[in-house]
Amino acid sequence: MKKISYSMLSLLGLAIIFTSCGDQGKSSSNGALSSSAAEKVYVAPGEHDDYYAFISGGFSGQLSVYGLPSGRLFKVIPVFSQDAEKAYGYNEETKPMLNTSFGFVPWDDSHHPDISQTNGELDGRFVFINGNNTPRIAKIDLTTFETTEIIEVPNSAGNHSSSFVTENTEYVVAGTRFSVPVPQRDMPINEYKGNFKGVLSFISVDPEDGGMDIKFQLIMPGFDYDLSHPGRGASHGWFFFTTYNTEEASTLLEVNASQNDKDFIAAVNWKKIEEYVNNGGGTIMPTNYAHNVYDEHTHTATSTMKKEVLVVDPLKVPGAVYFLPTPKSPHGCDVDPSGEYIVGNGKLSANLTVHSFTKMLDAIENKKFDGEAYGIPILKFEDVLAGTVNQAGLGPLHTEFDGQGNAYTTFFISSEVVKWKLKTWEVVDRQSTYYSVGHLMIPGGNSRKPFGKYALAMNKITKDRYLPTGPEVTQSAQLFDISGEKMELLLDFPTIGEPHYAAGIPADLIKPNSKKIYSLTENKHKYATTSDADVRVERNGKEVHIYMTMIRSHFNPDNIEGVKVGDKVYFHVTNLEQDYDVPHGVSVIGANTSELLIMPGQTESFVWEPKQVGVWPFYCTDFCSALHQEMQGYVRVSPADSDIDLSWSLGE
Amino acid sequence: MKKSRILMVLGVLLPLMLFVFPLWNITLEAPQYPTPLGMDIYINDFADANPHDIKNINLMNHYVGMKYIPDAIPEFKIFPAGIIITTILGLLIAFKANYKWYLYWFILMVVLSSAGLYDFYLWEHDYGNDLDPKAIMKFTNPDGSVMGFQPPLFGSKDILNFRAHSYPQLGAFFMGIGMLLSFLAFLVGKKGK
Repeated sequence: MKKISYSMLSLLGLAIIFTSCGDQGKSSSNGALSSSAAEKVYVAPGEHDDYYAFISGGFSGQLSVYGLPSGRLFKVIPVFSQDAEKAYGYNEETKPMLNTSFGFVPWDDSHHPDISQTNGELDGRFVFINGNNTPRIAKIDLTTFETTEIIEVPNSAGNHSSSFVTENTEYVVAGTRFSVPVPQRDMPINEYKGNFKGVLSFISVDPEDGGMDIKFQLIMPGFDYDLSHPGRGASHGWFFFTTYNTEEASTLLEVNASQNDKDFIAAVNWKKIEEYVNNGGGTIMPTNYAHNVYDEHTHTATSTMKKEVLVVDPLKVPGAVYFLPTPKSPHGCDVDPSGEYIVGNGKLSANLTVHSFTKMLDAIENKKFDGEAYGIPILKFEDVLAGTVNQAGLGPLHTEFDGQGNAYTTFFISSEVVKWKLKTWEVVDRQSTYYSVGHLMIPGGNSRKPFGKYALAMNKITKDRYLPTGPEVTQSAQLFDISGEKMELLLDFPTIGEPHYAAGIPADLIKPNSKKIYSLTENKHKYATTSDADVRVERNGKEVHIYMTMIRSHFNPDNIEGVKVGDKVYFHVTNLEQDYDVPHGVSVIGANTSELLIMPGQTESFVWEPKQVGVWPFYCTDFCSALHQEMQGYVRVSPADSDIDLSWSLGE
Repeated sequence: MKKSRILMVLGVLLPLMLFVFPLWNITLEAPQYPTPLGMDIYINDFADANPHDIKNINLMNHYVGMKYIPDAIPEFKIFPAGIIITTILGLLIAFKANYKWYLYWFILMVVLSSAGLYDFYLWEHDYGNDLDPKAIMKFTNPDGSVMGFQPPLFGSKDILNFRAHSYPQLGAFFMGIGMLLSFLAFLVGKKGK
């Protein structure tokens, strides 16, 4: 007996050896024995990840850049919130980026990043992302990974069904979550019904430089427009928005907006409206909103207040808007890669409703209407329905696609990702998430060409998944391998803020375009000092402008005298380096603002208002070189009535 | 036209490629420069191998007190003139003189390029050893003498955290082949006599 068990053991040992050897060759096989999750997410030191993941920071207002499959954080791109580390919203150059019709707004709630597309495929030029609270759409340039444009969206509130791009990035679309009086006015809240409006904004994107402009705003009935996605392929030219609160309640919405058995998906034929507008249709409405643009050559943002917007009444454009009845306050509104299926995730339902674009066109043509809402035809539910995924889970929120005929839907209440098949509507697999998953992301999962290798689930609740850090714990993302029939959980990793939604893209589409430095010869900053011959200090009344340069390992000038208490001192600092990854930073004692972190070839400015007489040091804040500790200087501050002239020097 | 003459004309014209391609290249490798720093030496210019390389070499070398690589040196005028004169001379020889002169032209070119290499060595020696006495970092050899940072004339060498490579480039090869062709023209001419 003993002998037998020994030989059994040795056989088992052999089996293990053989399996582990076999592993090296084929990593696609399934099962715990055949490959380890650790191996699949391991990116060796010095190696690069296969995918970029742009994960929104939710209430942090920013956009984070992670690598997949490793889950390593590379950068937090400041978008809607001030960032003292990078001086975003603190230095003179980027303060205008956060200007709005409400003045300077240093925070927002960033939700849905979406990567620009060409012919329905990711092109890796820009990421767009919406600010929810003070409605704004931002554009991040993926050559510099900086926010280069922010446009405020007037007549909108809780800018949530945003910022999704059409197949050729003709438009980035922003829909209002909260309906409001349009234009805003003083009126009783309980007169909401029939009086408030929901505005859907179509922001055109210049094909050359990506410049954004509000082409038109569609004034819709006063529902809550929750999420949206563009049609693609055959349905290109349409845009779909989920709605809830078709009850038009203004109070206790958790009850009052959950009464109707079905709300709507609004199908908007934007091509038709575009044509109407191009032919002079629509009405100019006076309004006020900020359009902020950061110029890469002046390294400076400008904010322009715009005073009017073109609005369109959907009833004036016959055939432009239809409502598709969709059960139970649908949340996510997702369109499959072919453009045929529109998935409405009724968040109070256990079922998923899938509409058919072909059937929708047929229903429109044959006028299969089921009444109307504020003059907009409601299509018959049965006549647009493609199928239902029955009892898939609890609280469906969002769906993405792998391009292999499968869809992946998150279920918030039952904390799981469910894989199901398009056309047959059968559930194939389900995996738990930890906990309460919101969005999920498959790179390219909302385009004609998904890269169906990984799915990233973004969870709202973390509880015990990591070492505890007091009452506030990190939120997290979970990476699944979806290349096999069954999904496999590979990795948990913490995120910044709330990982609300993400956009992923193969690294090769972006990596070669990433800039290494800013060219000094292209620096057109108003206060740039591109040569040491031009360093100087100038006084203009109480204003003092220091034209300073920095290069390993000194400032020029580094001794400045003649500054007085009560002066407003502008440090305009140019980094003369032209080498990759040699930024310098600067700050001065007592500055009531952040440091500057200046990339090679860039100029930035901060203001210092010295309040005390003395000799005050400034220094480089980014460990730049072997002589970093020596990179320092002094400003002498004299009494307000002093008659010491301005002087400056280096090495004297 | 005789075979030897064709070879001679070809040999005389090839060094003109020095106006198109670099003569020499110095490359510096270090871990923190995953893309190495490099300088291409043309007969009339120092050029960045990648944008801003010379500026970055200067920035780095100032720590040990090395001078900035100059924008221009007198050789940038002398070398092109020398190439043009020897080319004209070579063409005159190819068309007017007999094959013995092919050998004289070859010898002239050997002498001139040796002088050029010696000049390059002198510049390198000065660049690597004439250091600013106020240099930020001063290094000494084990015997106590001041450490120099002269790049190799030909080959590869470790200098502090860098590995320096110095090798001829396409322009130099064209000149070398041209010279060999002139010698070959001489041999062919001699044989045909």
